[in-house]
Amino acid sequence: MIAWTIYVTFGGAILLLFLPRAYARWIALLTTIGGLILCLVTFVQTPIPDLAHFTTLVRVPWVPALGMNYHLALDGISLTMVLVTGISAVSTVFFSWDVEHRQNEFFFWLLLVVGGCYGVFLSADLFLLFVFYELVIVPKYFLIAIFGSTNKEYGAMKLTLYSFFGGMFVFVGILVAYVAGGSLDLNQLSQFEFSPQLQSWAFPVLFLGFAVLAGIWPLHTWAPTGHAAAPTAGSMLLAGIVMKLGSYAGLRVAMNLFPEGFQMWSKWIAVLAVTGIVYAAAVALRQRDLKFVIGYSSVSHMGFVLLGFATANALGTSGAVLQMFSHGVIAALLFAAAGRMIYRRTHTRELDALSEMNLSHVMPFAAFTFVIATAASMGIPGFSGFAAEITILIGAWKTFPIGVWIAGGGIVLVAAFTLRALKLSFFGEERTEGKIKNGTTLNREQFDPITIPEKIGACMLMLTTFAVGVYPKLLLDRIMPAVETMRFLR
Amino acid sequence: MVGLVTAIILIPLLGALAVCTWPQKNGRPIALVFNVISAGCALMLWRNFDATAIGLQFVERHAWIPSINGEYLVGVDGLSLLLVLLTSLVIPFALLAQPAPDGSRAFYATMLVMQSALYGTFTAQNFVLWFLFYEMSLIPGFLLIKIWGGENRDRASTKFFLYTFLGSVAMLLSFLGIYLAKGTFDFAALANLGKNGVLTGNFAWLAFAGIFVGLAVKVPLFPFHTWLPDAYQTAPTGVSMVLTGVLSKMGVYGFVRLLLPLFPNEIRVIGPWLLALVVCSIVFAPLAAWAQRDLKRMIAYLSINHLGYCMLGLFALAASPAVAARIDAHAALSGVFMQIFNHGITAAMLFYFVGLLEQRRGLRGIDNFGGLMQRTPLLCGWMSVAMFSSLGLPGLNGFVGEFLIFKGSFAMAAAFTAIAVIGLLITAIVFMRVMQSLFSGPLAESCIAFPDLLRKEKLVVVPVTLLMFAIGIVPQFIFNIFNTTVVHMARLLS
Repeated sequence: MIAWTIYVTFGGAILLLFLPRAYARWIALLTTIGGLILCLVTFVQTPIPDLAHFTTLVRVPWVPALGMNYHLALDGISLTMVLVTGISAVSTVFFSWDVEHRQNEFFFWLLLVVGGCYGVFLSADLFLLFVFYELVIVPKYFLIAIFGSTNKEYGAMKLTLYSFFGGMFVFVGILVAYVAGGSLDLNQLSQFEFSPQLQSWAFPVLFLGFAVLAGIWPLHTWAPTGHAAAPTAGSMLLAGIVMKLGSYAGLRVAMNLFPEGFQMWSKWIAVLAVTGIVYAAAVALRQRDLKFVIGYSSVSHMGFVLLGFATANALGTSGAVLQMFSHGVIAALLFAAAGRMIYRRTHTRELDALSEMNLSHVMPFAAFTFVIATAASMGIPGFSGFAAEITILIGAWKTFPIGVWIAGGGIVLVAAFTLRALKLSFFGEERTEGKIKNGTTLNREQFDPITIPEKIGACMLMLTTFAVGVYPKLLLDRIMPAVETMRFLR
Repeated sequence: MVGLVTAIILIPLLGALAVCTWPQKNGRPIALVFNVISAGCALMLWRNFDATAIGLQFVERHAWIPSINGEYLVGVDGLSLLLVLLTSLVIPFALLAQPAPDGSRAFYATMLVMQSALYGTFTAQNFVLWFLFYEMSLIPGFLLIKIWGGENRDRASTKFFLYTFLGSVAMLLSFLGIYLAKGTFDFAALANLGKNGVLTGNFAWLAFAGIFVGLAVKVPLFPFHTWLPDAYQTAPTGVSMVLTGVLSKMGVYGFVRLLLPLFPNEIRVIGPWLLALVVCSIVFAPLAAWAQRDLKRMIAYLSINHLGYCMLGLFALAASPAVAARIDAHAALSGVFMQIFNHGITAAMLFYFVGLLEQRRGLRGIDNFGGLMQRTPLLCGWMSVAMFSSLGLPGLNGFVGEFLIFKGSFAMAAAFTAIAVIGLLITAIVFMRVMQSLFSGPLAESCIAFPDLLRKEKLVVVPVTLLMFAIGIVPQFIFNIFNTTVVHMARLLS
């Protein structure tokens, strides 16, 4: 049934092209809610033992000559990712409620991204996965180039070029796997023993290709510019889900097909991951644009995902999957607050300018949202980020004790820059005596009040991060068995 | 009585929700109602608490995050109960003392969230859960200082947050290491494993350092204290009362519950150095207080000194268990617990009085007042009682704890205790100086229009002061709470 998420989403996208613009956002909302309901029903109904294996949902021959199948499958990991896609998609539509400019087109591209993401997370055929993976790139480009803000052409181009650059490596890797393994079926390939020598070079090619999209240091630079340039909905989807495509595919394809190659390279992945965590956090500390701060924080958080992978044990990897979920929600929330709630009203994202407005008095709900979002992003216990990070760190203690302490330093840096962003954006005040305090001249009437769709979207995301933070068992129970059946574990 | 502890943790959270959603603008009555309810629950806990039983009572245990052995495990022993009672006492006291500076109800909601975090910290018996509550107090603390603080609040709140956060992360990582070695986060299980040290070698030292720094920042212990004067000075009065009255006890509690049982060997090896740090806290902090002109900052420094006594008792006990006669160990530990409670009340009271003075004068420098005795005899009288209690005059609560700590520690670490006595002396000088310049001398012109204690202020001051006397004269009712726990812990540590 969950396969219908893909059809519903693409169906909605096509429907949008034919309907007048008055209906556009409603269609988009219904489509995404439909997808979310499908996810939730599957989440509740599928018995947990079934989620341990990558169970086939649909399998139809596609190009039999080349062994390509339209093959979808589901396990705990993909279910988790599909769920976060559904949640982010709905909240994204809520936060795009005010889009007036070329509405139909906007939601069309948006739904294409969402549908492509569903597709990647459910594909069990290498070629199908690659098709969906590339499919996401095009609408992303248009979303940013048409509807973006600051420096949008540059951001869109950079992001697309990086993605294609990564995609090129992925394509080579996939061909290698096909030629050597003689199949495109992920389940069959994950049984096949590739020669260690082949794995030693095929793994880094494939993994790096995927990792570009996951924002691995030092190939992360597309992320902050892309996030900053994208419209709110674009940033939410980009940081929330699209970056996860890279890490998910890295796990599902690269690591699971080439376990020995992975073990050869895992400590280098850890090095890159830890560097990324600390470096991105340090850079974020000096940013002036709020969206850049959040963009770098995404890179830092994705570093935890890669660190979790590199541990090569069930705990660390499960933590990484949980972190993918958690970051999807938290990044969406942060971008929603920064892009929609603040920027649409103040027309600036410069922290210095914002700091003179003391927005917490003007927009209490937005302030509350941002406090929750930053707390979750810092890894305060009780929110999903902590549950994920603690699991990753326990996993990493076994393999990379030193890396754990450096990553711990990274956590403190993350807290420092997040706190700085929070202070400057919502709780600013004049720094020098005698300077006129602009904040006092602002009042509530000057900005539109926070709208109902915004409130619904924000509450949805806050509840999700809180629920998973308080009761991570909900997801971990489904993720762990699926991870434990993978063959790269030591 | 199952569920009582959970109820105590949840009631303030419900209160926060109620304050936010209630149509009435003023949140204070609602916040106070919820405080009364949670205080009632705490009293019920006390009533049903079996003071002679060893170990945890009112235990609730549920699976929570099985993959890392995180359990929802709450329960109370004597120490937890003591701190729950203290929280129930200080928070309403602070709310009575401090209406929201800008009249916003978010202030009360934030205070209530803080209260819930405090209850949680003092009752959680599994590290993951404990850490959740420990960190949960951080965001409200930051917001309370940042939004409603006075001058310099930006710097002070950031410093407060980052110092504590740094310490927390170090502690968290150390605990993850311990978990990997021992496979449990359960405090009681860890304490039992800890008799021979849970870890060995360099790694033990790393973990020890991480946890030590985390807790030392929170207490704070010299030289990790620099965030404290800024934070206490700039926070609004009510918040300062909570910070010093209860929040600082989280650190001491952590030392008793975590560090001492887990690392007996490490503490024994570097015991003298730790004691030296403590003595620095005890001696230098009042010296710094002596130099302050701002009354709030002065009391902030004195807080460091008073918590230093707690740490003196603890480290003296843990560093030299071999020479400790059982009676000295009991005395020191009882003294520490007593001091935890007493300092909570007394320091909160002192901040309250400074708040009253500040309300009347608009300033709180020591030079801004003079000759108050002529104008406001009642205020001066009651304030003197609080000061005498703080410097440890017999008959008042402060004396009992300090006397026991000194009695116990002297037998175990004579030299350090002897130096620490200097701290008592300097504290006395500081208070005498305050009394002299505030109360006596010619009436300062700016103070002529001062009203004396108002009725609503008396309603706060009198009961708390009576409690101080009660503890000073018949302290047994407090000792009864934690006697068994003290005996049990002393056995664990030696």
